Amino acid sequence: MFAWAGEGGMPSTEVRPGDNAARSAPDGEPRGGLGVAVWATLKRDLTLLMRRRSEVLNPLVFFALVITLFPIGISPDPELLATIAPGLLWVAALLAALLSLDSLFRSDYEDGSLEQLLLTPQPLAMLGLAKVAVHWLLTGLPLALMAPVLGIMLALPAGSYLILAVSLALGTASLSLIGAIGAALTVGLSRGGVLLSLLVLPLYIPVLIFGAGAVQAAIMGDGASAHLAILGALLALSLMLAPWAIAASLRISING
Amino acid sequence: MTLRLQARGLACERDDRWLFEDLDLDIRGGEIVRVEGPNGSGKTTLLKILSGQLADYRGELFWNESPMRQARQAFLENLLYLGHAPGVKAALTPLENLAWYQALAGESPTEAARLAALDAVGLAGFEDLPAGQLSAGQQRRVALARLALTPRPLWVLDEPFTAIDRDGVAALEAQLVAHARSGGCVLVTTHHDITASQELRHVRLGRGGRDAEH
Repeated sequence: MFAWAGEGGMPSTEVRPGDNAARSAPDGEPRGGLGVAVWATLKRDLTLLMRRRSEVLNPLVFFALVITLFPIGISPDPELLATIAPGLLWVAALLAALLSLDSLFRSDYEDGSLEQLLLTPQPLAMLGLAKVAVHWLLTGLPLALMAPVLGIMLALPAGSYLILAVSLALGTASLSLIGAIGAALTVGLSRGGVLLSLLVLPLYIPVLIFGAGAVQAAIMGDGASAHLAILGALLALSLMLAPWAIAASLRISING
Repeated sequence: MTLRLQARGLACERDDRWLFEDLDLDIRGGEIVRVEGPNGSGKTTLLKILSGQLADYRGELFWNESPMRQARQAFLENLLYLGHAPGVKAALTPLENLAWYQALAGESPTEAARLAALDAVGLAGFEDLPAGQLSAGQQRRVALARLALTPRPLWVLDEPFTAIDRDGVAALEAQLVAHARSGGCVLVTTHHDITASQELRHVRLGRGGRDAEH
């Protein structure tokens, strides 16, 4: 039985054209609207990813596998491993984060949610930022938490675990933001994966240099705070610029 | 405030072929405008241009007499667009899908309103199943529930009748007419024959893009 079939069951579709316009009057602009929309986007994306666990686990498994294979492939010599560990951990984490980027906007593009996202009266940059935040929470943050454990396998000196995790947490946030620009630009292409890597990798290099540098400095006994400060500055810069670049890239992709 | 969406001298080229040229449209509240034409005649493209998604066209668009470029925010606040793809996430339940759309529309999500909207499109009892387990028609109904959930004066609907059964089609038609009668405006493409009513107007697209309005 369909309630939809009769006039009686039909919901009120009364329209007051002035309604929405009145709400957007300069003085009466409800700021709550944006907060609600951003919160709902966060919640929706978190729920979606928690229901597709394999997508969340994929980069983490990749990270663990790569780091496990290096001691086997190179040499189990702890001194040698300790020298290359900061770079190895950072490169592997960077590639793992890159792997997961392609799917950031892909499924929304395919099922039509993305065009709905572009047609909301809410600022697209903020909604895009919410999606990136979820990506970092479920990719960057777990990678940062996992890295010290894998560091043990590479004989990373004990004092540098905290710096490793902090540098990765800061760095992967920048990586997610920068990568999302590339993901937004290539979302309309059927095989955008390679192009995405080519676009994004050059921009990842400063983050890699200072991230791995921070861990190296911690091992050497120099203070890592300068490196961490630069990572923080890179993050602040990406936070300022990336949301607008993501919004513009999404518009270009949908236009094509 | 009255509703008025105008297009002047609209033209769109795809792959060295003009889909339509010199198309003038004047759509007001209280009308159902049906865009007709064979496959590939540019119906979806026209709807995307009119809903502000494509910038790759010639001509001008006006919303309530002011150019679209300036009126975009006001236009988006009045628009409800349902595209070819229903925009329904397979992994989320109908209730969760609608909660997101409700929040995007700037309203605080209330479950009672969502349940009522789902009930109205005949999905009572399916609220908590993942949308991926529903049939194509039911997924389309989830998207159509937004018509009642987030009231907007201008509806732009691309093939809304796809996969909907006969009772559903009749109900949706009635809903479109009721919307037009209450002052709203509907822009729709479909291959279904919509029952003629005094609100219905046709815009025909075809080879050469003559606009045969009547």
